[in-house]
Amino acid sequence: MSNKTVLHGKHLEAGAKMVDFHGWEMPINYGSQIEEHHAVRKDAGMFDVSHMTIVDITGNEAQAYLRFLLANDVVKLQDKGKALYSGMLNEAGGVVDDLIVYYFDQTNYRLVVNSATREKDMDWLNKQAKGFEVTITERPEFAMIAVQGPNAKSKAAELFSAAQKEAVAGMKAFYGVQAEDLFIATTGYTGEAGYEIMVPIAEAANYWQKLLDVGVAPCGLGARDTLRLEAGMNLYSQDMDETISPLAANMAWTISWEPSDRNFVGRQALEQQKAAGTDKLVGLVMTDKGVLRAGQKVQVTGGEGIITSGTFSPTLGHSIAMARVPSTVGDSAEVEMRKKWVTVKVVKPSFVRNGKSVL
Amino acid sequence: MSNTPADLRYASTHEWVRPDGDGVFTIGLSDHAQQLLGDMVFVELPDVGAEVGTGDDIAVAESVKAASDVYAPISGEIVAVNEDLGDTPELVNSDPYGDGWLFKIKAEDPSEVEGLLDSAAYEGTIEDE
Repeated sequence: MSNKTVLHGKHLEAGAKMVDFHGWEMPINYGSQIEEHHAVRKDAGMFDVSHMTIVDITGNEAQAYLRFLLANDVVKLQDKGKALYSGMLNEAGGVVDDLIVYYFDQTNYRLVVNSATREKDMDWLNKQAKGFEVTITERPEFAMIAVQGPNAKSKAAELFSAAQKEAVAGMKAFYGVQAEDLFIATTGYTGEAGYEIMVPIAEAANYWQKLLDVGVAPCGLGARDTLRLEAGMNLYSQDMDETISPLAANMAWTISWEPSDRNFVGRQALEQQKAAGTDKLVGLVMTDKGVLRAGQKVQVTGGEGIITSGTFSPTLGHSIAMARVPSTVGDSAEVEMRKKWVTVKVVKPSFVRNGKSVL
Repeated sequence: MSNTPADLRYASTHEWVRPDGDGVFTIGLSDHAQQLLGDMVFVELPDVGAEVGTGDDIAVAESVKAASDVYAPISGEIVAVNEDLGDTPELVNSDPYGDGWLFKIKAEDPSEVEGLLDSAAYEGTIEDE
C-alpha cells in the first residue's frame, strides 16, 4: 500500500518515473535528473513536497513545550513568521528528526517534519507534550510545492494576488507568511532562493499546472538529492538518525547551549558527548573520475569513517560527498572505491550556494 | 517503454551487438539499461588492443544513481573505443544505439554472436525483471 500525494496525477501526466519513497509513490525524475538539477541552479524548478508532515503547535504553553522539545531555542524567534531549523533529540542525544519551526506568536507555531518519520514524530511530539498545555494538530489538508532557483520567486509571483505580493514583499530568507489561501515561506532544500508554498489540497493540481505554464520545471527526488547535497544539507536517516549525535552531523550550530538552565530533551547526554568529543561530518571532494557513494569506507588521520551521502555534483562536474569521520581528520582522506583506495580532499560540508561553487 | 531494435543481438547483461563486417562488432548498452541507470556521468572504457573473454567485466558505466559493470558479450580484441564519451557520457542516454556506442571487438569467432539473444528474446528477459 503506497501513499500518493494530490499531485500524483500531474506527475504521471508529465511522464515522471515514479519510485517508492518511504511508503510514498513519488517522482524520481521526469526524464533527466541532471537537467532538472540545472533548471533549479540556473532558472526555476519545483518539487512536490506534499508528503512532508505539517504540524501546528498551539496553546498557552506552546513556547515552553518547544523549548523543551527542541535543541535549538525558539526564544530566538521574535519576528512574526520567522523560521528556525532544529534537531529534535532523544534522551541519549540522538536525532529523532530534523525540522523547521515557524513562529507566529508564543502560543502558535508551525512545524514541518519529515515524511519518512511521520508516525514516529507524531508519537514523540505527543509523548513529550505530557504536562504541557498544548494542542498538536496535523494539517493534512495542505499540499506543499517547493519552487526553487534564481528565477523562482519572480515566476511564482506571476501567480500571486496583489495581497500575496504585498505579503512577501521584502521578506527575508527563512520566513513564512499566511497570505489568503497560501502559506508562503522563503525556505528550501536546494541552496537557492525560492519559496515553499503550502496550498489547499483542492487547489494544488491547478496551482502546479499554473507554475508549469509560467515555465517552472518539474523536478524529482533525484535532483532534490543532488541539490541538497551540493548545498551541504543533511538528509535524515542518511546523514544522521537516532543513533547519531547532532555534534557528529554538522548540527552543532543548531544547538542552543545558552541559557544553561534551559532543560531540553537530550541536553544531558549532549553535554557528555561534547565533553568526550565526537566524530564530525565533513565534506569530501573527488576530482578524479568516479562517484563517491554512501556506505564507502573512509580512512583519515586517526581512524576510519564512512560516507553518509555521496553523488556526482552536476554543478561542479565531479563527485562530492559527506562523511562521518574521527575529529582528528586532516585535509585529505582515502576512500575505498570498487576495491581501490582513492585520495580525496576534505572540506567543510558545503559545496554550492546560489548557483556557484564555494570550494 | 524501451526501444529494442530488431537488427541487433543482445546479451542478458544488457549489451547490444551490431556487426560492422570483417568480424568486427560494435557494442553498446541497451535503451532499457540506460533507462534503468539514469543520467550517465562517467564511462570507463577498456584499452584498445586488450584481449577480452566473453563475460569479462571490461567497462564501467557510472550514472548519478549507480556504477554498473559492462561485460564483453563475445571474445576477441578491443579494436576501438568511443572517445566522445569522455566529454559527453550522456550520449549513452540520448542515443544508446548510435553515438552512445561503447567499444568495438574483433571477434575471435564471429559465430559466437549467433548464440546471443535476438530482440524478442531480450525483451522477454527484461519483462521478467
